[in-house]
Amino acid sequence: MELNFEEALAKLEAIVETLESAELTLDAALETFEEGIQLSRLCTKKLEEAEIRVQKLLATEDGDFETEPFEVPSVDQG
Amino acid sequence: MSFRTIYTVSDITDSITEILASVPGLHDVWIQGEISNFRRPSSGHLYLTLKDAASQISCVMFRNRATHLRFLPHDGDSVFVHGYISVYKKAGQYQIIVDKMEAAGVGVLQQAFERLKASLAAEGLFDEAHKRPLPRIPRRIGVVTSATGAALRDILNILHRRFPCIDVLVYPVLVQGDGAAPQIAGAIRDFNRWSNVDVLIVGRGGGSIEDLWPFNEEIVARSIFASHIPVISAVGHEIDFTLADYVADVRAPTPSAAAELVVPDQSELHRRIRELDQRLTMHLMRRIERARTRIIHLNQKLDVHRKLGDIQQMQQTLDMLAMRAHRAIRACASREHQRLLLSRTRLEHVSPLSQLQEAHKYARRLQEQLVHRILQRLSEERSKMEKVLLQLDGLSPLGILERGYSICLDSNGKPILHADQVDLGEILQIRLARGQLSCHVFQIHGDEKHGVEL
Repeated sequence: MELNFEEALAKLEAIVETLESAELTLDAALETFEEGIQLSRLCTKKLEEAEIRVQKLLATEDGDFETEPFEVPSVDQG
Repeated sequence: MSFRTIYTVSDITDSITEILASVPGLHDVWIQGEISNFRRPSSGHLYLTLKDAASQISCVMFRNRATHLRFLPHDGDSVFVHGYISVYKKAGQYQIIVDKMEAAGVGVLQQAFERLKASLAAEGLFDEAHKRPLPRIPRRIGVVTSATGAALRDILNILHRRFPCIDVLVYPVLVQGDGAAPQIAGAIRDFNRWSNVDVLIVGRGGGSIEDLWPFNEEIVARSIFASHIPVISAVGHEIDFTLADYVADVRAPTPSAAAELVVPDQSELHRRIRELDQRLTMHLMRRIERARTRIIHLNQKLDVHRKLGDIQQMQQTLDMLAMRAHRAIRACASREHQRLLLSRTRLEHVSPLSQLQEAHKYARRLQEQLVHRILQRLSEERSKMEKVLLQLDGLSPLGILERGYSICLDSNGKPILHADQVDLGEILQIRLARGQLSCHVFQIHGDEKHGVEL
């Protein structure tokens, strides 16, 4: 499953930490670098493609819940 | 003897009840007075005496009406009560059956609020120790507010602008008037049962103290306290705090402010990603640099012949790694470029063009710097390496032999440096650039002249 933004960012941060602190072989360092670049690309993509999704939460009669798309109505109250 | 009509106690009480019930003005009456002898037994009905300087009257407020009270009455409170006059037959007392009670003036409401606040504080509902931290980047945000209020629109606008990578779940509730508080509390409970959001915003836009009152009610305060999900209170009232504000994990002065608190700003996140990119690149370069230094160091230790081969190999590896790095950094930089092109179309109507151009320029400068830096390092490194190789060539014994010198070895294979190391008649080995000779010593000349016989 593809990472969400927060996971991707956290992983990218961890990778930078590793690259900065661990004694990696050159090959491993380059692999880590490339993985980091992939993640940073993913983060940026997530930020740019995202659309806020608004739903309404409804309690059903049997005590369960369901959601339905929510259109923001015009304002008429505080 | 006159005729006497005898009533039973119940009959006469019934008659009195009927008489009282037949007076229209007593069905529907508002009375002002001060509360005394207030009692609230476990049945939930409220009993109190309403009095003024000269008189007093008993009152009952049954539980089904009492739950709608905006405040918990208290002895000494000045109130208006509404209801009808009735008789409590068992005690032979008339009393008022109260269906509405209002505080006479904000003072009473304020006092009731202060009392409730003090008691909740004493219980620890406001303690810092109970405050839950907000998630750094929430995925799903629950919003408990009016579906039609400006508060919801403000929240959605800000979220859309700052950080659109989220789902928002709206739970529409009444936010003022009777019944608002139970709905707000119920929504918070439902979110906790459903438990699929990372954080809750509970609030409404600004209004009078009466409008905001549901957020001062105990049931709302307790539902916020009981929530496992962190709660941001967002009651649009900058000056006074509601009880919801005291109990909430974070208090925002307005719904807009809550939205700003709950998500990071996406331009900050873009900056953060760029910074991480730069750190990645810098540390990869540093790592390559260290490898080079190490090769040069090893160079001086290793056997000359092996060294030549190793260095060539390592150099090749290094070149390949550097090329890979170069490619990766170029890709990264061109992605930056594309990202900016994308952002431009997205941002054109919300962001000043000049800011975008600045960012664009910055990215290009960054890209140029990176590429320039890598190319520069590669060429420095290559010339360093060539210099080392030239030096090594000069030092190699093979190089010396190529120039016409020979090496003379004794029977143990040790090089001979002085004539007095050999005896007449001894057989020596002479190594040439190509092949070697076995020679017989027939004369020794000390330091000056020398001769060998084949």
